[in-house]
Amino acid sequence: MTWFLTNAWLIPLIPALSFVVILLFGKRLPNKGSEVGVIAVSASFVLAIGTAIAWIQRATSGEEHLRPAANNDLFLWFKFGPSETHFGIHIDGLAVMLLFVVTFIALMVHIFSLEYLRGDRRYTYYFAALSLFTASMLTMVSASNSLQLLLGWEGMGVCSFMLIGHWWEDKANSDAALKAFLTTRTGDIGLLIGLTMTFFLAGQTFDIEKINQAALAGHMPHTLLLVAGIALMGAVVGKSAQFPLHTWLPDAMAGPTPVSALIHAATMVVAGVYLVARFYGVFSQAFHIFTPGNSGFNLVAIIGGVTIIIAALLAFVQHDIKKVLAYSTVSQLGYMVMALGVGAWTAAIFHLFTHAFFKADLFLGAGSVSHSGSHHSFDMKKDMGGLRKQMPVTFVTFVIGSAALAGIFPLAGFWSKDEILVGAGHNGYVAFMVIGLIGAMMTAGYMTRCVWLTFFGEYRGHGHPHESPRQITGPLIILTFMAVVAGWVNGFGLHYFQKWTANPVVESAMRLGRVTEAPFSWAAAALSVTLVLIAIAFAWAYYEYHAFGFLHGLTERNATAKAGYTFVEQKYYLDHLWTDVVVGSIKRPIAAGAYWVNQHVIDGAVNGTAAGSRVVAEFVYRYIDQDLVDGAVNGTAFSAEEGGSILRRMQTGRVQQYAAAFFGFGVVIIGIGLLALTHSF
Amino acid sequence: MLLNEYLLLAAFLFCTGVYGALARKNSVLVLMSIELILNAVNINLIAFGAFNHTVAGQVFALFVIAVAAAEVGVGLAIVLLIYRNRHSIDLDKVDVMKG
Amino acid sequence: MGGSHLALVHGLNVAQQIAFFALAGAMVLSALRMVTTKNLVHAALYLTVVLAGAAGLYILLAAEFIAVTQVLVYIGAIVVLMLFGLFLTRAPLGTGQDLDNNQRWLAAIIALFLFGVLGVTLQKGFKGTHVNAIPITDGGSNTAAIGVSIFHDFVVPFEVASILLLAALVGAVVIARRD
Repeated sequence: MTWFLTNAWLIPLIPALSFVVILLFGKRLPNKGSEVGVIAVSASFVLAIGTAIAWIQRATSGEEHLRPAANNDLFLWFKFGPSETHFGIHIDGLAVMLLFVVTFIALMVHIFSLEYLRGDRRYTYYFAALSLFTASMLTMVSASNSLQLLLGWEGMGVCSFMLIGHWWEDKANSDAALKAFLTTRTGDIGLLIGLTMTFFLAGQTFDIEKINQAALAGHMPHTLLLVAGIALMGAVVGKSAQFPLHTWLPDAMAGPTPVSALIHAATMVVAGVYLVARFYGVFSQAFHIFTPGNSGFNLVAIIGGVTIIIAALLAFVQHDIKKVLAYSTVSQLGYMVMALGVGAWTAAIFHLFTHAFFKADLFLGAGSVSHSGSHHSFDMKKDMGGLRKQMPVTFVTFVIGSAALAGIFPLAGFWSKDEILVGAGHNGYVAFMVIGLIGAMMTAGYMTRCVWLTFFGEYRGHGHPHESPRQITGPLIILTFMAVVAGWVNGFGLHYFQKWTANPVVESAMRLGRVTEAPFSWAAAALSVTLVLIAIAFAWAYYEYHAFGFLHGLTERNATAKAGYTFVEQKYYLDHLWTDVVVGSIKRPIAAGAYWVNQHVIDGAVNGTAAGSRVVAEFVYRYIDQDLVDGAVNGTAFSAEEGGSILRRMQTGRVQQYAAAFFGFGVVIIGIGLLALTHSF
Repeated sequence: MLLNEYLLLAAFLFCTGVYGALARKNSVLVLMSIELILNAVNINLIAFGAFNHTVAGQVFALFVIAVAAAEVGVGLAIVLLIYRNRHSIDLDKVDVMKG
Repeated sequence: MGGSHLALVHGLNVAQQIAFFALAGAMVLSALRMVTTKNLVHAALYLTVVLAGAAGLYILLAAEFIAVTQVLVYIGAIVVLMLFGLFLTRAPLGTGQDLDNNQRWLAAIIALFLFGVLGVTLQKGFKGTHVNAIPITDGGSNTAAIGVSIFHDFVVPFEVASILLLAALVGAVVIARRD
């Protein structure tokens, strides 16, 4: 069985090869390349199961169970100076768990896509991108050094971009792809800074294990470690869609539904969670997660906690079923991040494990509804309703998935969410336990709303709903089965999952803070289930029986309520903040004052007559032009509606001006450097 | 001889070339200025080669000459094409990339 | 300069110094005229002077093969090509018209600063460093050494350069072709 552990590098390699094969020969194959993708992912899945079994045998067989089955030296990647970087794989409980989850969900999504995207114009390309994504994710989770992790991380980002914009002819889709890419890239700056800092802090090594050990041993100055931790946290916030950079994930639903299930629910978005879990030595030391008397607050937990509530609120006001699920994903990712922040490491990755199954199940269920029930629409209020009769399989799987998400005993979500709450309380983070409980009630509420709008009431669409074919219901049933049983590996006080994923880094971190794993508590479980059931009953009564009549139409009658609703519906105006305020000010830092003038000119142009404003704009243009650019452009092609862009004028199209700027700034920078050197020596 | 004599002369030629490339309107003149820059580099290469007692500097200079020849060939072809399409080779007037 | 005092001690170096400064003076003046002249053909001729001066410098540094190549390729081919370019584009050949664009002063300032930065750096790095032009091989010729070096150490770059020339040849024909 150790063959599987030492040869686990095959798992990422096979989809990578599949990508190349599909790209080169896909279009000539009888099934347009999809068969290559399915076979490759199946092979990886079988290998991942073998690896998991081998790992479990090893983990339960005595004293060496904690040592990772790392193969840190597949080949020498590169070296500079004294440090060599080897390409290697690192197999431990966390990696094995993610290898299993990723290959499993990827296989389900591949099968689902066979039917869902049948006849798509970029069918081959789609499967190539899926293969590349799978390879990147598998590379990342089995990475032994932080550069390899970065490689997989960015690879996933590219694939996410390609797949969100799969139907790029529609402007909204390509916009969403760009937004997702740029937002996550914003966080990735933090990743680069963090990884560079840890490289130097750990004594010039990219080896993740060594970095963690160095952090735990206290060799790093705490201030620098804290900066590195905050930078890495930026990457987590971007990739795992945490507040306040979560805005890209709901838009990412523009991609095909199986992509949303695979990338934007089950696997890629948990990369941030994985990053924290993998660098737990760095994070726990930087943020003093286990330090007693740490007043129960740290950045990781706060970001997670805020995200839970914020995203759950947003999920209530969505009309699009996929967006409900997207915000739910954001909220659940918040649970994982919060769990890591409060020191419940096992609970966090356990929640990652169970969440992958039921959220993929829910997304594929939504896909099934739109494929066969609502004529390719995702609008719950317009095109769905009453589908339980026509689509019984989808209905049952969706309801079970929702129950698992809400945390109903004994489904998967119950066990993992319960562990997070108990862990938060056990480690002294009581405030976050309360947030978690409120979040659980909200989850139950919005999922009840979602199920009710989709499957109950009267059918509001115009199609002819029918049950989906077997390629779609098959994965649904399998995922539902997993959504039921996945929690049992750590449920009923068994703690198998905890033994299999036990991590030496985490254990030494806990020993430093004298913290232990939280024991299972029936009382806490009973409390959370009761609260969840109350929430479901409340929501059900509200929608099915129109109970709480005073609440219906409250937003129309009450100004405060309406303002609150608008605030939530506008996504807290975060998008406006990012695009208008932040991006806007970055785009025009040089000419902020001139921009102000122009804004007013534009206002004038919009409100006043076109002719009058043209004169004003012409005047302002000349004035600024004289002052700023000192150019002699005649302003012939200038028109009032273009008056706002200042940067435009720097692009004169004249190469020599560009060259002058290039040489000028180059000389200035070299001159400054020269002065600095002269004075320091 | 002093190494710096050569290097400073090369630096002067380089800067003159930069001035020509930035300030001249006619694109053939700009190409000539670029030749000046490349020559400055060649002088540097050969001076350093002599300084280090190796022929590598001269071999590199040879490569630079080859590349310069290729550059002039392609550059003049582009200039001819611009002239044919716009009846002028003034770089001031080649600003279709204006935003 | 302390170095020039030293250089004047040896008889051979005096001749070298004289030759160098004669060449350098001609090159500096021609280069300045090249970028300021108002006559296009004169600019090409000034360029020729600079290139020939550079060939002379190569001989001073005992790089006679490069010097010959310089004359053949630069003066024989490139300058002639430039002149062809001027004729084919029917450039105004008389004097008098303005050949500079409106950022002349900006360019002058940038070039001046660039020279200042480079000059300071070079003076810091190589002040007083001597270079002697003794041929590298015992036979007194550098050409043989270059041939050996190209076909031993630099054979791959050599092949790449030949591919580059071929590509440039094809590219120039494709771009300039009338169709």
